[in-house]
Amino acid sequence: MPSLSLRRRFSLVDLVVGLFVLVVLYTIVVVGKDTTLSFTPTEVTTVDTSPARLPYYAARTLLRMFVALGASYLFTFVYAYIAAHNRHAERLMIPALDILQSVPVLGFLAITVTGFLALFPGSYIGLELAAIFAIFTSQVWNLTFSFFESLTNQPSELDEAARMMGLSRWRRFWRLDLPHGAIGLVWNGMMSMGGGWFFLVAAEAISVSNRTYTLPGIGSYAGAAIDAGDLGKVGLAVATMAVLVLAVNFVLWQPLVAWSEKFKNEQTDSANAPRSLVLDLVRRSGWSRGTGRVRSRIGEPIDRLGDRLFGTPSTAPGSAVAGRTGDIAFWTITTAVIGYGAWRLFGYIVEIEGWAVFWPPLWQGAITFARVVVLMIVATVVWVPIGVAIGSDPRTSRIAQPLIQVLASFPANFLFPFATWVLLRTGISLDIGGIALMALGAQWYILFNVVAGAQAIPNDLKEAMDDINVHGWQRWRRLTLPAILPHYVTGAITASGGAWNASIIAEVVTYGGTTLTATGLGAYISGAAQEGDYHHLLAGITVMALYVVAINRLFWRRVYLLVESRYAR
Amino acid sequence: MAEGTTTPHAGPVESLIEVIGLTKRFGSAADTPPVLEDVSFAVRAGEVVALLGKSGSGKSTLLRCMAGLLAPSAGEVRYRGERLTGTNPGTAMVFQTFALLPWLTVRQNVELGLEAKGVSAADRRVLAEEAIDLVGLDGFEDAYPKELSGGMRQRVGFARALVVTPEVLLMDEPFSGLDVLTAENLRGELMELWESDEFPIRAIVLVTHNIDEAILLADRVLILGSSPGRIVFELSIGLARPRDRDGAEFRALVEQIYSVMTGRPADVAVRPAAAPVATPGTHPLPYASVDALSGFAEILATSGPESLGELATDLRLDFRDLLPLVEALTLLGFADVADGRVTLSAEGRDFASADIQMSKQIFARAAIERAPLVGLIVGALEKTPSRALRWGFFADVLGGSFDEAETDRQLDIATDWGRYAELFAYDADHDEFVADPDRAAAQVAGVP
Repeated sequence: MPSLSLRRRFSLVDLVVGLFVLVVLYTIVVVGKDTTLSFTPTEVTTVDTSPARLPYYAARTLLRMFVALGASYLFTFVYAYIAAHNRHAERLMIPALDILQSVPVLGFLAITVTGFLALFPGSYIGLELAAIFAIFTSQVWNLTFSFFESLTNQPSELDEAARMMGLSRWRRFWRLDLPHGAIGLVWNGMMSMGGGWFFLVAAEAISVSNRTYTLPGIGSYAGAAIDAGDLGKVGLAVATMAVLVLAVNFVLWQPLVAWSEKFKNEQTDSANAPRSLVLDLVRRSGWSRGTGRVRSRIGEPIDRLGDRLFGTPSTAPGSAVAGRTGDIAFWTITTAVIGYGAWRLFGYIVEIEGWAVFWPPLWQGAITFARVVVLMIVATVVWVPIGVAIGSDPRTSRIAQPLIQVLASFPANFLFPFATWVLLRTGISLDIGGIALMALGAQWYILFNVVAGAQAIPNDLKEAMDDINVHGWQRWRRLTLPAILPHYVTGAITASGGAWNASIIAEVVTYGGTTLTATGLGAYISGAAQEGDYHHLLAGITVMALYVVAINRLFWRRVYLLVESRYAR
Repeated sequence: MAEGTTTPHAGPVESLIEVIGLTKRFGSAADTPPVLEDVSFAVRAGEVVALLGKSGSGKSTLLRCMAGLLAPSAGEVRYRGERLTGTNPGTAMVFQTFALLPWLTVRQNVELGLEAKGVSAADRRVLAEEAIDLVGLDGFEDAYPKELSGGMRQRVGFARALVVTPEVLLMDEPFSGLDVLTAENLRGELMELWESDEFPIRAIVLVTHNIDEAILLADRVLILGSSPGRIVFELSIGLARPRDRDGAEFRALVEQIYSVMTGRPADVAVRPAAAPVATPGTHPLPYASVDALSGFAEILATSGPESLGELATDLRLDFRDLLPLVEALTLLGFADVADGRVTLSAEGRDFASADIQMSKQIFARAAIERAPLVGLIVGALEKTPSRALRWGFFADVLGGSFDEAETDRQLDIATDWGRYAELFAYDADHDEFVADPDRAAAQVAGVP
């Protein structure tokens, strides 16, 4: 075997891949070093808007993104694993996830920034962690859901085979649990990161208690350019951002998606599996084989250590009936803890104004709700026909799909200055224009999913419709709409959630010293954050979470279940 | 257990696995109908035991209890005299769906069980290589399962089970996921290994729904009856290996098993005072669609009385597919079964030969009268002023007799039969059974 590596010629490919690894390592070292510079939070940091600094800022932004993604995966493994293996924990942890993903992340930011600053006084670390935490909270939930689902939906025969062999927890995790969830983890990671740019950019320049904290990054660069009213530099930041999004897709996600194909739990090769140029390159180079050898050498000791650390699950089949007393104790304690927490929280919120503190956010929430509804209707009317047109034509959709994906992950807040400029010029109120700003980020999810849905309509159904002369509106009503509905609903749920979150930065916009404010819950929350008014901030966040949860439970959930049972194939 | 047994591998008879008074019910409630009830038998060294039964007889559940994957609700399983508290240390399982990890190569899949036992990497490689050679997979070590044909995949399944040298090999319908030729070939190779001296396995337990397969492989066939599952018959197969499926003795055994499975002698013996009134619980609907039923009746009408074994061969049907059809015809009074031969009744011949409208009427009459669940639904709808009742209503009614999955299946069959007979409609949008309007009008007008 070793003779093989000796006989192999050292090729150019090996050089390129090796250099790339070195560059990544170097970047981490250089960029990571700066974050520990001491810094006094009272002093207002300035961002150098000279274009030469942009690559450095982009790297800082990227590093933050990856740290957050890594943290998200780690959290996912631990959280989903516990939830999937402990009945009590599951009953608490899964609903908690549901709520957490409905909490407006951006409203949270003001609170976490102060928290992290207090934890690490006089250092950038606090700010860095706050930004990373913001991205983390924006992307971790769907990852966790996906992994939890894969853990609980393992084919029973694979579970049985693993138990018959007596695999330790550690080995089972690496041989069965993780590979089985790999595809979901990769896809959701990609989607999460797409959504994460938006929050990252917002988190790099944040105003709390009338003070603006900035972290060196592409988001703060754009922020500085916006304050200066320099559309040219904003454009430069937008271009850099676009390159960043595209590059990460090309170098990271595309290869990962193609690689994760091998974890498909199906016994045949699919004809048009996703491919990646980068992955082919890596596979052709000697690196993958080399790491394979290293892995097998150090893998065994690590596995044995893992066996000892995590043990082997008892192979005794679990009895279905558990102690009632345990149930009662668990729920009593949980209810007590949560109840106490809620009591303290609401006590704080109503401390000054009493329960009337909730009225302004409630009615302003209704206005934001109206904005979301209009947005959804308009986006549906516009993008469904376009999405169907794209998806029905294989050639167009091959070109359009990656493009839409990039558009969806491009942080829409980067485009706000241009939109604001238009609003200022035309004199349109932000009360109306805010809808367009919110739509800039949210609408792509609808388009993306409708395209996928239209692509999935079976050809024989289309031919059958042609054959019996079903065209025009009748065809839409009988074939196209029912067929894309499950996909559309998935997209619409994401879009509606995204729109609520976006309202926090879309209902107050500034450009070159002019500030436009719309009436709405988003403006209420960002106003409270700006002034450091935590009573109002918490009230606003609570109400927004309430709106989002209520809409999800009362509307989307029902639609989803209905569509699932009637229209899903 | 009517017949004594002797194993061809003679010698001191040593029990490897004992199943003692095993009852298994799913779900926590004590009134859930058991899947298995009071099952007892032993697996002895040197024998191949086949567990044969219809779908729903709990044979796979029984195998999983023996593997220690499921805990019995009552009774126990012993391996070498010790009561199981976890997975059975002396067994390895071969699965119907192979259960290979698609992201591991053949070698990695085979080594996995050794890894769990803490065997060193070097030893793993040697042992895996031996197992892979034994099942004839050399050359495929680095292939991924999806690159292999079904037969090759099941060989990996065998290698993975054999490599840990279990005393008892448990097989859950190992050949039913394969095409006919591949299955035949693998069966042959397995039996050659079994007869050879180098084979480490001391006993095999095979779950199957294929009568030929059971007789071909086993020294002893245990037949499980359904609801609840219990051993209703035991048969020793004394034929020398390799066995000839066309031989007279072999065919006689096939016919014998068919007549056992249709005649339910043990059921009659166990429940002599069978419920005087037929209810949906005592007479569940067999899993037969109306389409298959009328096709089958037409075939019987042209061929005359037939033995079930021959029918199965002629129609290339498993008894798993054939039995429900026979049971449905019998239940409806369209056919009689005696000694494993099925004969159409006069009504059955009418049903088979009439035109479609007439057939529907004959079927409707028979279903109301003799299929208790169909009769129940029709009757309940007639007594309801709105002429509509929810699915959940009937599900509740059946809940006392069946578990949830079986309740759904029963209602599905009743829906199929009722729709065909135009007795009632089922509105899937509202989960509602609705009386057929024509029928309701006819009754108001006094027409039967």
